[in-house]
Amino acid sequence: MSTPRSQFLSDAQVATDNVAQRGFLRQALGGYYVSRDVQKARYRDWEQARDAAAMAKWNAVNRLDRTLTTFATKFERNGGKIHWARDSAEAREIISKICRDAGAKAIIKSKCMTTEEIHLNDALEAEGYGVVESDLGEFIQQLRKEPPFHFVFPCMHLKREAISELFTKHLGTAATDSPEELTMIARRHLRQLYVDADVGISGANFLIAETGQISITENEGNARLTCALPRVHIALAGIEKVVERLDDLAVLLPMLATAGAGQPMTCYNTLYAGPRQPGEPDGPSEFHIVLLDNKRTSLLADPEQRDALHCIRCGACLNVCPIFKNIGGFAYGTTYQGPIGSVLTPHLRGLQQWNHLSGASSLCGACTEACPVRIDLHHHLLHNRRNAVLAHVSLFDRLFHDVFGWVIGRPKLFALGGKAFRATLPLLKKLPLPYLSTWLKSRELPEAPKKSFREEWKRSQS
Amino acid sequence: METLAVMKTAQETIMARIREALRLPAAKPHLKSASIAGTPAKASRPWLPDGGETPDVRLTVLTENLTKLKTQLIRVVDMSQAAAALDELCRAKQWKRLAYHAHTDTQAIIKSVSCETWQADAEFDKQKLESCDAGLTTCEAIVAQTGSIIVSSSTNGGRSLSILPHAHVVIARVDQVMGDLADAFVFIQQRNSDHMPSMISFITGPSRTGDIERILVLGAHGPKELVLILVG
Repeated sequence: MSTPRSQFLSDAQVATDNVAQRGFLRQALGGYYVSRDVQKARYRDWEQARDAAAMAKWNAVNRLDRTLTTFATKFERNGGKIHWARDSAEAREIISKICRDAGAKAIIKSKCMTTEEIHLNDALEAEGYGVVESDLGEFIQQLRKEPPFHFVFPCMHLKREAISELFTKHLGTAATDSPEELTMIARRHLRQLYVDADVGISGANFLIAETGQISITENEGNARLTCALPRVHIALAGIEKVVERLDDLAVLLPMLATAGAGQPMTCYNTLYAGPRQPGEPDGPSEFHIVLLDNKRTSLLADPEQRDALHCIRCGACLNVCPIFKNIGGFAYGTTYQGPIGSVLTPHLRGLQQWNHLSGASSLCGACTEACPVRIDLHHHLLHNRRNAVLAHVSLFDRLFHDVFGWVIGRPKLFALGGKAFRATLPLLKKLPLPYLSTWLKSRELPEAPKKSFREEWKRSQS
Repeated sequence: METLAVMKTAQETIMARIREALRLPAAKPHLKSASIAGTPAKASRPWLPDGGETPDVRLTVLTENLTKLKTQLIRVVDMSQAAAALDELCRAKQWKRLAYHAHTDTQAIIKSVSCETWQADAEFDKQKLESCDAGLTTCEAIVAQTGSIIVSSSTNGGRSLSILPHAHVVIARVDQVMGDLADAFVFIQQRNSDHMPSMISFITGPSRTGDIERILVLGAHGPKELVLILVG
C-alpha cells in the first residue's frame, strides 16, 4: 500500500523526469519574475513594507481570541450569520444545510482553497447539487477532474492545446490556439450560470475585526458576480484570516498583489459587510460565513511556528521554490503546495505521515525571502524535522547513533573502525545499504585516503 | 467530562482552543527595523508606492497608473463635454443598450446618447442587465497610488451594474481623486461611520486573467473595458 511518503517519492520522480514540463513551468513563471520586480521597484521600501504587513498579521493572530470575537459580533450586527466549524466534516454539513434550507439547485463558486481543503464539491455533488467553479483556472481543473496544480495559478501546468481539446470535448467548441479565445469560451459559458445560480460560495482573503467586513481579492470578476447575483452567499474562511483594522488592507492588498502575481493591485478587492441592505438595488438576501478551525488551533498552540498562520496565500513562495519548479504542484499530494504547504500539511494532516515534505527543500531560503508577511518558512521545515524525530526515532536511527556514540567514546576502537571503513569502502559502494545507495544514485563517493587524519598528524609532528 | 465536551458548541470549543493556544506567547517577526511606529497602515505609508502629495501630482500618478492598467481615461472640463464623450463612446463601440443608476451625474450625461438607456434600480431584472453592453456608474473615490476606482452598493448602483455588463463607464470629478489607499480607508470609515454598505469594491483596471500560460487576457468574467470620464 502506498503511503503519502512513497507516493510523493514516486510522483516527484516522474515529474522531475519530465524535462519538457519543467521547462514549460519555468517559462510560465518567467513573466512573473519580471513584473514582480517592476512592481517591487515602485515601493519606496519593500523590506520595511514587509515589516508592516508582518506586524498586521502578527497583531491579529496573537490576539485571535479578541479579534475573532470582535469580527463575529460586528459581522452579525451587519445582518450576516456566523457558523463555526471544528473540522472539515462539520463545515461541509453546515454548508449543505444552508443549501438545503435555501432550496438550492445550482451553485456557483469562486476560487477558494479552503473549500478544496474540506473537499466541499464532492460533498455537494453527492447531495445532487450542480456545482460550478467560475475562476477560469479552477473551471478548467474541474473539467479535468484534477485538483489545482498551484493554489494561485490552478492550471499553470497546461498548454493552450490541452485546454482547447478539453473545451472541445466538454463544451463542443472549435479548436483554437488563442488564450484570448479560450478565455472568451469560458466567459460565454459561465455568464448564464451566474444568473441562474441560487447559491454563491466564495472564500475570504481577510476578515476585518474592526468593521465585520470580509475582503475578497480576485482578478477576473467571477467572485464579484458570485457574490452579486445568487440569492444566498456563503463564504468559507479559516479562523486565521482575521486582521484587526480596516486600514491594515492599505498595506496588505498591494503586497498580496505584488508578491503573488507581480501586480500593483489585484483587479477587484471587494469588502462585503452583509446581505443586501435597504435601499440597495440588488445583492443576496442571505449572507453566511463559515469559520473553520480544522487543526489551525494546533498550529496556533505552537508559538515557534505560529507565524505560519500569517500566510495570505499569495503563492510567492511556490513561484521561487527550486523544488516546486522541478516537481510541480501535484507531487505534493496536498491542498497547499510549495514551501507553505510543506510547513502547514504536517500540522493539518499529521507530522509523521507528512514529515517527508520537510525534506522537500534545499533550505535555500528563497521562500522566506519572498514571503510578504515574513514567515520563517525554511526554518519551520527544520522545526518540523526536529519535532518529527523527537516524537518518533526509527529503530535504524537509534541503533546507528547508539553504536556510533559508543564507538566514538573509545579512541582505539574508533581508529580500528576507521581503518576497517577505509578498507571496505569500495565494497560498501556496491551494497544496497539504506540511505547510502539512494544518496549514491547521483553522486560519487571519493576515494578513501590511505591514512586517517590522526595518523597523518602524528607523522607530521614527528 | 466527555459529555460536557460534546455539549459544548463549536464556537465554545474553538474559542477555548484559541485561548489555551495563546497562553504561550510568540516572538515578534524578525523585522528590518526594530519595530514599526503606529498602526501598519500609518507606518507603511512612506514605504509603499507614492500616490502624490498635491492634486496635480496625484493626477499625474493616476494617469500613468490608468494607462498601465488599460483603463481608458477621458478628461473633460464640464458635464456637457462628459455627455458628448459618452455619446461618442456609444457610437464608437456600437453599444445598443446602456444601463445606469439614478444619480444627477449619470442622468445628466445619458440624455443625449444615441443608444437605448435603461435605469437599473430597485428589483431590476438581472437577465436584462446581462444583455446590456455597458453599465454607467458614479464612484465613491479614486486612488491615484493604485489607479483604483471605488464603488459601493449603496451609492453607485448596487453590486451587479459595475460587473455584469461587458463595459463599465465611470463618471467622476477630479476632487474625488485621493492619494493612497490609507486615505481611501479613512474616507470610507468617515463616510459610513458605523453602517457600511453591503459591498465596497476597489476596481483596478478591466477584468483580467493570466490562467492560460500566464498570458494576460482582458475581460475574463467582468467588463472587458473600463472607462473613466473625469470631470474638472
